[in-house]
Amino acid sequence: MPPGINLSDFYYLLPEIVLTTGALLLLLADLMTPRDKQSILAWVALGVLGATAVALIPVADANIQVSRGLVAVDRFALFFKVIFLGSAALTVLMSVKYLDVEGTRAGEYYFLILCATLGMMFMAGGTDLITLFIGLETMAISFYILAGFLKPSRRSNEAAVKYFLLGAFSLGILLYGMSLMYGLSGTTNLRDIATALAGQESDPRLVLAVILVVAGMGFKIAAVPFHMWAPDVYEGAPTPITAFLSVGSKAASFAMLLRIFVEGLPTMRVSLSESTSLTPSGPEVGWGMLFYVLAVVTMTVGNFAALTQSNLKRMLAYSSIAHAGYLLIGVVAGTARGVTAMLVYLFVYAFMQLGAFAVLVLMRRHDVVGDELKDLNGLFFRQPFAALAMLLFMLSLGGIPPTAGFMGKFWLFGAAIESGYVWLAVIGVLNSAVSLYYYIRIVVYMMLKNEPAGSEPRQSPAMAFALGVAVVATLVLGVYPQPLFEFAQSSAATLGVSAVAQTLP
Amino acid sequence: MTNVAGFPLLSLILFLPLVGAAVLMFVPKNNTNAIRWIANLCALAGFLVSVPLWFWYNSQDASYQFVERLPWIPSVGAQYFLGVDGFSALMVLLATLFGSIAILSSWTAITERVKEYYIFLLILQTGMVGAFVSLDFLLFFLFWEVMLVPMYFLIGIWGSDRRLYSAIKFFLYTLVGSVIMLLGILALYFYNHSVTGVYTFDITQFQNLNVPFDLQWWVFLAFFFGFAVKVPMFPFHTWLPDAHTDAPTAGSVILAAVLLKMGTYGFIRFSLPILPDATRHFVPMMVTLSIIGIVYGALCAMAQQDWKRLVAYSSVSHMAMVMLGMFALNPVGIMGSIVQQLNHGISTGALFLLVGNMYERRHTRQISEYGGLSNVMPIYATVFLIMTMSSIGLPALNGFIGELLILQGVFVANKIWAAFAASGVVLGAAYMLWLYQRTMFGKIENPKNEHLQDLNFREFATYAPLLILAVWIGLYPKPFIDRLQTSVDRVVIRINPEYRAQAAAAVQGGQR
Repeated sequence: MPPGINLSDFYYLLPEIVLTTGALLLLLADLMTPRDKQSILAWVALGVLGATAVALIPVADANIQVSRGLVAVDRFALFFKVIFLGSAALTVLMSVKYLDVEGTRAGEYYFLILCATLGMMFMAGGTDLITLFIGLETMAISFYILAGFLKPSRRSNEAAVKYFLLGAFSLGILLYGMSLMYGLSGTTNLRDIATALAGQESDPRLVLAVILVVAGMGFKIAAVPFHMWAPDVYEGAPTPITAFLSVGSKAASFAMLLRIFVEGLPTMRVSLSESTSLTPSGPEVGWGMLFYVLAVVTMTVGNFAALTQSNLKRMLAYSSIAHAGYLLIGVVAGTARGVTAMLVYLFVYAFMQLGAFAVLVLMRRHDVVGDELKDLNGLFFRQPFAALAMLLFMLSLGGIPPTAGFMGKFWLFGAAIESGYVWLAVIGVLNSAVSLYYYIRIVVYMMLKNEPAGSEPRQSPAMAFALGVAVVATLVLGVYPQPLFEFAQSSAATLGVSAVAQTLP
Repeated sequence: MTNVAGFPLLSLILFLPLVGAAVLMFVPKNNTNAIRWIANLCALAGFLVSVPLWFWYNSQDASYQFVERLPWIPSVGAQYFLGVDGFSALMVLLATLFGSIAILSSWTAITERVKEYYIFLLILQTGMVGAFVSLDFLLFFLFWEVMLVPMYFLIGIWGSDRRLYSAIKFFLYTLVGSVIMLLGILALYFYNHSVTGVYTFDITQFQNLNVPFDLQWWVFLAFFFGFAVKVPMFPFHTWLPDAHTDAPTAGSVILAAVLLKMGTYGFIRFSLPILPDATRHFVPMMVTLSIIGIVYGALCAMAQQDWKRLVAYSSVSHMAMVMLGMFALNPVGIMGSIVQQLNHGISTGALFLLVGNMYERRHTRQISEYGGLSNVMPIYATVFLIMTMSSIGLPALNGFIGELLILQGVFVANKIWAAFAASGVVLGAAYMLWLYQRTMFGKIENPKNEHLQDLNFREFATYAPLLILAVWIGLYPKPFIDRLQTSVDRVVIRINPEYRAQAAAAVQGGQR
């Protein structure tokens, strides 16, 4: 036993161990599965995800750091792990028929989804820059490959290359920022960094580090102006991967962002160097201010760009950029309520976004790509269930009650008002009004024009189940969100948000 | 706060239409007759279960009645909290009555996608009732927004001409207003917590809160956007003529009779009692906008070639009158404002039904296409005459009572305002009588009008309750006014605490 490693660490890391083993077993199963029985692998992948979820149960109430402080096993991580496993499972469910239609091999595909999930779990649990970075790399590399998984498709190849080049570049920036943080504090552990850097807020090197890390994380969450990759990648990647990318990757990046800034740099929130002229001086300058600007720009640009799109995947890509903007409101508020609101929002966002993409996957047929707005024509009369589901997801993304999206937005704006960012809340609600214009346009196409094109979309049982789960979650969490609120509150409390709240005036 | 019913009556009224909509989902869509019968029976049942609100309501009890209170989202302090006072009880009755009338009026008008149509109408009714009975701000907001979606589809799918444009315009206007209102709600919520240490959306709690003027100012504006769009007040009224004109008949009827009342209800229930200082501060702005609305709406109505658009603009003018009466801020004016809301629902709802009947027969709304209809459709012409008279405020009909009270209240507040209000009454008489003359009187010029069928029994049934109400309120408004007295007092005590004392002193002085 090497020094510093306890046997109990393995107990706390059991979910990750199960997932890793399961992913490797899946590769073995792939070798033994005949080509025409590939859908079995989907059930294997689901089994692995289910086993991982079961392995989470014994450590659900833990709140400790393990492996010499590299990983935290707490409610915050647990909350995100539930999101990751849930969205990975829904992605697998909606991929079964899609892979069949596209005619690609399933083994590596599901393996990579599991690998990405593993990376995300370390991004949520990591309390050390090294763990976070390795988690991020594991996830990102899996997604680079998955984005280009449709080898004959030029759009898919373009997406993969673009994503890889820009992703590698941004990781470099992030790593540079992290190395500055390490150089200034002499440690990579986030909580030690927080202690070491307290009182050095006006050090220009630290300011540079903050800016670099914000830029690097801005890329991962697709915040404007680091969003350029998102529409192309979302459009070109296989649709279920787009869904997973826009939900899982985004949630994981927000988890990592909260870990770095709220746990690692709490004192930098408000006091980012009055001495430098990079930002206007005032009581609220710091990463709080940087994220304020990012939030406003991101939601506004995302929504206005989405207005003009005719390709559904691009539209949802811009919409997902806008949602990153809303989520940043929670970071800006910086209070326990802000983080709670973000957790709630990410949770409900997973269901409504995956649901919307599930409908798009359903539209993919042998003779129709099905990702143009006009492909939805008359869907209400051809596929009433899918169309009603889509209506629900659009209303939820737009934040209309009684859907889950409303409960999420409501809390984000509430957090902003409570912390005194009234104008941010006003900009947020006006943006969500703008967004409804294009969400409703999708509904208009589905309901008001009747021109069927190509063969009829057909539901597979797996897809119907995935859609059903998303619909039920979106409705139930919209009418009775109490359990989710409680879960999110207890999870946010473990992040050490209180440290941030104390720095508030 | 009690519930004399002894069982959750309000929940029953609230969810019965939703249950009906759920049942309809399982009826095969080709069986249109079954769908129509089920929808009509549900709507009728929805009205009948609300009737106890009239008989069991105790007008001596100043608190909210038929109260139901259950935890809903404890972690944010939101409750499932329902209850009515006289004002909201009457509004619920108006909503359920018009819910059933709208569904009955659609029997032959809607032939496509019948099932979805009735499902949307029933969901809409749940939204309307919910907004009137909620005593929790979050619950209120939820129902407030729930109304939007079915209405959007009613206009967008079953509407005429430019239905897509009108539907989106309606949706976005209302939505922008209401999301800003949501921020106002949140501001109150956090202010309440900072004072009392309790997180709650309880409206009865907010109504006792003394909010500092700065915050009142902002929250009033936030609420103003939400409610003024709905009323609609000038200059936020432009969605209304489009939405009304392009909506199917039942949609216009519900929109005019109930949905517009949401805005005025919001002002009386929330803005005035919760934000009394800001209300007094904004009186000049509100009165100016109301007066512009009265005159501008009336002049626009006079210029219309389209029958339905004319009625739509008359709504703008009448609702501005309601707002003016309210912002007289004295008991008579507010009472008149509420009574006139009921009257406007009755008369304008009926006028839209009348346009709808005619549109079904002739498929045009151009006034110039008609003329001399009283010769072939005497019953129709009679109903139209009574509703026209009700709309312009002829004594012995309901409109007179409301306008009289409003004018009285406004006159006490400011004589110049009263002059403008009176001009609205005169202009209203002008455009309505001119409309009546152009469509009903004279000889039949257009051969297409020679063989029009008069109202059949089903169509007449949609008017019968409205005719009864028009005469009832016109001749004996006391039961209505008795029920509304406590609601008016609740507002006045907040907005003008000394009013009662002053009035009592004035009476004593007069006696001496």
